[in-house]
Amino acid sequence: MPALFKKILQTGIVTEPLGPDEAEIIQLVAQVDRKVQQLLGRALAIREVDAGSCNGCELEITGLTGPVYDSERFGIHFVASPRHADMLLVTGPVTRNMEVPLRKTYEATPDPKLVVAVGDCAKTCGVFKGSYAVIGSIDKVIPVDVFVPGCPPEPADILRGILAALDRMPTKRT
Amino acid sequence: MVITGYVLEIAQVILALLLAPGLAGFVRWLKARLQNRRGAPPWQPYFELRKLFGKEVVMSNNASWLFRIAPYIIFASTITVTLLVPMIVAPLALDGMGDLLMVVYLLLLGTFFLALAGLDPGTAFGGMGASREMTVAAIAEPTIALAIFGLALSAGSTNLGRIVTQELANTAVTLSPGHILAFVALFIVTLAETGRLPVDNPATHLELTMIHEAMILEYSGRYLALIEWASWLKLTIFFTLLSNLFVPWGIATTFDPAALAVAVIALIVKLAVLGGIIAVVETRVAKLRLFRVPELLGASFVLALLAVTSSFVLK
Repeated sequence: MPALFKKILQTGIVTEPLGPDEAEIIQLVAQVDRKVQQLLGRALAIREVDAGSCNGCELEITGLTGPVYDSERFGIHFVASPRHADMLLVTGPVTRNMEVPLRKTYEATPDPKLVVAVGDCAKTCGVFKGSYAVIGSIDKVIPVDVFVPGCPPEPADILRGILAALDRMPTKRT
Repeated sequence: MVITGYVLEIAQVILALLLAPGLAGFVRWLKARLQNRRGAPPWQPYFELRKLFGKEVVMSNNASWLFRIAPYIIFASTITVTLLVPMIVAPLALDGMGDLLMVVYLLLLGTFFLALAGLDPGTAFGGMGASREMTVAAIAEPTIALAIFGLALSAGSTNLGRIVTQELANTAVTLSPGHILAFVALFIVTLAETGRLPVDNPATHLELTMIHEAMILEYSGRYLALIEWASWLKLTIFFTLLSNLFVPWGIATTFDPAALAVAVIALIVKLAVLGGIIAVVETRVAKLRLFRVPELLGASFVLALLAVTSSFVLK
């Protein structure tokens, strides 16, 4: 037991500061309402929905809760139920089987709510484009507020995408 | 004098309501630091409450009236308990209203309605959580009563205010074996009743491992806010019992403003120390398998039984 706490003290905080969006890849589709931003700005609950992704994006999203990217410092945390959620983090192209569950999840989320689509597949269907199992991009099924491109996007970019919807993204140093 | 007593009762309820989210946030913040994360600030739960009260409520089509009233019953029963537990002053004006048994069963009333609300919408996880919560509550509940009985025996009363004043009058009793055993027993039960590790993981997102959260998966908006607030309040109540019944120093015995100010500060310090202990324990231990939980609670029951026996023999 002393060894564990000694290691904790020696390691210190490993959370990296989040820089601005240098590459300008985050695509804000719609300007989110000011009131919604104020309500959700300091406490955001996210429900992750896999609409048919290859799980590459999920791997990166898992990094958000870890010590390095630590989304909790912004008051962002993941929840187990869409009823607790304020934001849906949707990945992958929408497959035929996931179309109805995705729409139902959106309906089960209480207003006001935001949708962030993560990964190239979410917008263009990526390598799955044209497949008989895929019905299209996420904005064909539910309204999307922010697209985060990348295959898969880095955890830092996903975090920037979430913060962009809340208008809390770190600004560029001029 | 009588009026001041009732004003203090209301002040105590407001104090408990205000402190509860801060305590939960403090434990979360300390845990984040122990995981080498930056973590949310300790006042994060206040933002969460504000957000939840500002959100819409989505209800399942299968939910009945029970689902709607359960959050209010849970919140109200928890608030009633704060009227009875000496937090800053002992004895309280409403001390005659109920004793330790009242406290135990009011808390259990909240648990009962939470389990019913978990069953009501008919989801698989709600029923599973309700069944688990009732299992834990059924084993933990006699231990709470028994542990405090150990104190009641040396004080000669089951009245919480009287236990505190008796201890302050005869401080040697707080270090007696009965008290120390009862403290350990009540601490283990606190972990189980407030859904902390190793019984339930408050930070889990895996439905299969949940106890408390599985029951509230269907709640949203202000209902969720009330249930969360009540569960934070329950943590504060258990911490207050642990601190003020076993380490009563600092609590005011008169309505003197200076003594009351000292009592509030002492309460915050005691809650912070206990919160620190919980954070360290949660960093160190892993979650127990569900079938091992009765063993842990059985051990705490034995400790409580020994506490009562030793208090009785040494009296």
